[in-house]
Amino acid sequence: MSQPGDGIRVALFATCINDVMFPNTPKAVVKLLERLGCTVDFPFGQTCCGQMFTNTGYYKEGLTTVHTYVDAFERYDYIVAPSGSCVGAVRHQHPMLAEWAGDELLLARVCKLVPRTFDLSEFLVDVLGVTDVGAFFPHKVTYHATCHSLRVTKVGERPYQLLQAVRGLDFVELPSDEAGLPTAEECCGFGGTFSLKNPDVSVAMVSEKVRNILATGAEYVTAGDNSCLMNIGGLLHRQKAPVKAIHLAEILASTEEDAA
Amino acid sequence: MTRLTPAPPPGKLIDSPPFKVNAKKELANPVLRKNLRFATHTIRAKRRLRVSEVGEEAWQQLRDAAAEIKDRVARHLDTYLLQLEETLTAKGAVVHWARDAAEANQIVVDLVKAKQVQDVVKIKSMVTQEIDLNESLEANGVAAWETDLAELIVQLGHDRPSHILVPAIHRNRSEVREIFLREMGRYGTPAPADLSNDPPVLAAAARTHLRNKFLAAKVAISGGNFAIAETGTLVIVESEGNGRMCLTLPETLISVVGIEKVLPTFDDLEVFLQLLPRSSTAERMNPYTSMWSGITPGDGPQELHVVLVDNGRTQALADEIGRPALRCIRCSACLNICPVYERVGGHAYGSVYPGPIGIALTPQLRGIKSVIDKSLPFACSLCNACADVCPVQIPLPEIIVHNRNRVAEAKQSERRPHLETTAVGAMTWVWKNPKHWEKMLKLAGLSGKALAALRVQSLGPLPPPISAWSNARDLPAPPAQSFREWWKRNREGAQ
Repeated sequence: MSQPGDGIRVALFATCINDVMFPNTPKAVVKLLERLGCTVDFPFGQTCCGQMFTNTGYYKEGLTTVHTYVDAFERYDYIVAPSGSCVGAVRHQHPMLAEWAGDELLLARVCKLVPRTFDLSEFLVDVLGVTDVGAFFPHKVTYHATCHSLRVTKVGERPYQLLQAVRGLDFVELPSDEAGLPTAEECCGFGGTFSLKNPDVSVAMVSEKVRNILATGAEYVTAGDNSCLMNIGGLLHRQKAPVKAIHLAEILASTEEDAA
Repeated sequence: MTRLTPAPPPGKLIDSPPFKVNAKKELANPVLRKNLRFATHTIRAKRRLRVSEVGEEAWQQLRDAAAEIKDRVARHLDTYLLQLEETLTAKGAVVHWARDAAEANQIVVDLVKAKQVQDVVKIKSMVTQEIDLNESLEANGVAAWETDLAELIVQLGHDRPSHILVPAIHRNRSEVREIFLREMGRYGTPAPADLSNDPPVLAAAARTHLRNKFLAAKVAISGGNFAIAETGTLVIVESEGNGRMCLTLPETLISVVGIEKVLPTFDDLEVFLQLLPRSSTAERMNPYTSMWSGITPGDGPQELHVVLVDNGRTQALADEIGRPALRCIRCSACLNICPVYERVGGHAYGSVYPGPIGIALTPQLRGIKSVIDKSLPFACSLCNACADVCPVQIPLPEIIVHNRNRVAEAKQSERRPHLETTAVGAMTWVWKNPKHWEKMLKLAGLSGKALAALRVQSLGPLPPPISAWSNARDLPAPPAQSFREWWKRNREGAQ
């Protein structure tokens, strides 16, 4: 039987936070992409996209990770990461850093990689052309549109389309605010080093996000970024709330066999 | 010496504590948070509606046009400013140039003193807030009266503005009632004793209080939303009509205008008068738009002074990344959408420009020397919501990150070690070489194993600096095996 990913070789960009803290997410990406027929490579040269450096103002340091990224992934046509935020960093910050350094050669190499780097949801919907990935997840789930996946990488409706095609999944939207605007699009307060530099504001933001999540009655909150989920999940866990944070990739990788 | 006008809080804004300290104080005020949340969410939704009426494509065309006009102004600022001076002068205005706040204040003080008046009326103006003109006038024996309703509330409340467009956004109507009852009588016509907190009643009290000030004033001070180089026209966009009173009744008008406010031609207004009201008050059109070109005999002020103020603007202009911050038309859409501003309000920013534009613009205008200015670029989670709503497409997140870079480089150039620069140096070593990273992953795995043996699944409160995170949130314990290790064990052999 032919598969949408037949003949497609993908380099998995696990991202540093997933590699060290959330290995189940890249494992889920491997499982999902292979189920769809892709061949998955994991280039060992990869480390971090450098966003934490760049966003804290350390450009010189961010630049070192641009080199690592380019060296690791240059030979691939498709690079897939389970992170709207890290993909956004590759697309926008890597060219900015190369320009800042006045490194034309690096800029040329970076610009070649920009259109080949995809967030998982983009790769599934745009490259493989699938929204039903054959997943089964019999739970009530709500979705937080992380800032960078929504406004930087601009994954749009793709995660919703993917979630809605999951068998057994009971999807519930995060509530609208009192003025009728979707709270799903509001920042969770993570913001990388923002959560350390301005912890009080960060906690005020995530507290509201968690209130909205609890109001849905969902068992799981999902998103395309484990950094935001770590922030949200960290407060859910502290509050002993009955909601678990789970990456979108792990839902999409689940099947009937897993549930059994 | 007794004061003529209500005293604002002591101290200068630039001497404020760092943002984090101010934010903590503001977060502890539940009334403030409730007022701010209600106000920002309401105006956010209204803005979205008013913008959607224009249509996505047409709105984007307007934004593109606005950005292009403002960028052209920035590229040829010298030419347009000289043209403005020429057209203004030809129409009977006197043009003054001010390098900084002190010069601008001195010019205005001298002009007012020459008129031998004790009182002036003011139209809401950001640049006069920026240069703290009212306090300069006060120190020289002149009372400057704010006539915008919200600015009046702030002034009578011995307070500072907390929003660019809605300076009293942090006050609710019961607080306004208390301020009016307590203060109006001390500085003019008192509020009626039976004042209720009904908005029309409060507005009526302000009208009565201000009426005598308008009628008595010989000198008015305004800012300017736009200054048209081609025609020598100044433009004020307002809602209440107090501006119209100030622009028509007094004999002398002093308009203090930032040099970036110049627009090449009258036609350019078409773009901005569509963008500004919908982005700021979320109206299709604002109630009062006043335009004046020099002096018209027998009609309006017979003496017009225009003070063109730099005060850091050419410094921002010289910074290629920071330059687009000068496109700002002070609509406040970025404040209203900002999740940080919504929680802390404007006072936490130690600048008359709070919110996203504040943390982009203030370190451009004032530099990054003071404690507050060093902290401002970090008062942002980089959620990017501001960039989407900005009607002149200022790349706010990029400028904010650029300001962070300036702060980080300044920190690195200091001789003393910082915890942050040390940590960044260590992580650079880890991430620049995959072998180093692998070692770190092994170490994390070992600690994960140890924690698992102790049955620790998550980490509660931890010592500083991680306490900033873990005081309110649990951190998951690292797993015993990184992804990389899993891949090596399970996939390398299989391939």
